[in-house]
Amino acid sequence: MGFPDRIERTVELSAPQEKVWAALTTAEGLAAWFGNEAGIDLRPGGSAWMKWNEGFSADMRVERVEEPRVFGFTWHIYGLPEDDPRRTYVEFTLEPAGGGTRLTVVESGFAQLSEDAYRAAFDGNTRGWASELAELATYLDAA
Amino acid sequence: MPPDIEAIAEHVFVALADPSRRAILAALAAGGPATATDLAARLPITRQAIAKHLALLAEAGLVRAEPGERRRVRYRLRSAPMQVAQQFLAALARDWDGPLRALQDHFEGDIRQPATAPLHGTRGR
Repeated sequence: MGFPDRIERTVELSAPQEKVWAALTTAEGLAAWFGNEAGIDLRPGGSAWMKWNEGFSADMRVERVEEPRVFGFTWHIYGLPEDDPRRTYVEFTLEPAGGGTRLTVVESGFAQLSEDAYRAAFDGNTRGWASELAELATYLDAA
Repeated sequence: MPPDIEAIAEHVFVALADPSRRAILAALAAGGPATATDLAARLPITRQAIAKHLALLAEAGLVRAEPGERRRVRYRLRSAPMQVAQQFLAALARDWDGPLRALQDHFEGDIRQPATAPLHGTRGR
C-alpha cells in the first residue's frame, strides 16, 4: 500500500525571492493567494492563521524563519480529531532561479503516530481476545 | 514507519470495502455498543452474516467484544485503527497543487481563481 509520510512539490515562480518571501510570510501575502484572510506573528513559536470564505480555517505555529530562504510552520492534520496533538510540518525553501524563484514545499509527518495512538491501535488485537472469542463462540452456540 | 501500521490501515480499508460492514460500523458509531441481535434488528442483514462480519471487524481491532447484560456479548467501536487510516487519507487528501498554482497565478498577475476549498482546515471555527 505505501503510507506516504512526506509530500514534496517544486514550482518556478517569476517573482524575485523577496516578493515570494513576502507572499509566504505576511498576512497580506497569504491572504492574496492562499487563504481569504490571514494573520501571522512571524517568529519561531509565533502563531498564524488563515480563513476561507467557505467557512474553513487553519491555525499554524511558526517554527522556522530564515529570511529570505526558509519558512516553516506546523499545523493540524486534517481529518484527525481537533484535539489530536499530532501536526504536520510544512517547510518552504526559496532559491533564486534566473530572475525568479524556485520554491519547494515539503510537508512531512503524515505517518507519525504517538506512543499512545500506537499502543491503542494494537490494543484490541492483542489483549484478551482469546477469551472474548471463546465467549462469542459460547454465545453463538447458544443462540 | 513500522509495517504493522500499514497492516492496521489495510484492515480498516478492507473492512470499509464491504457495505454490510460499513453499515455495522455506522450503526455502532451512531448508537453505541450493541449485540449482534440488536444489530440484526436494526439492519437489513441476517444475524448470521452480522456475526461473521463482527468476527472479522474484531480481528481487525475495529470493534471490541465486551460482556453486556445477561451475559450477552456487546460490540463496541474502536476508533484507534480509524485514526491510523485517517492519517493515510490525510496525506492523499492534502492538496498543494491548487495553492501553488494560485501562487504562480498571483505573480503572473492573473485574476485570482476563487479560493480553492482547502483540505487542511477545520470547518466552522
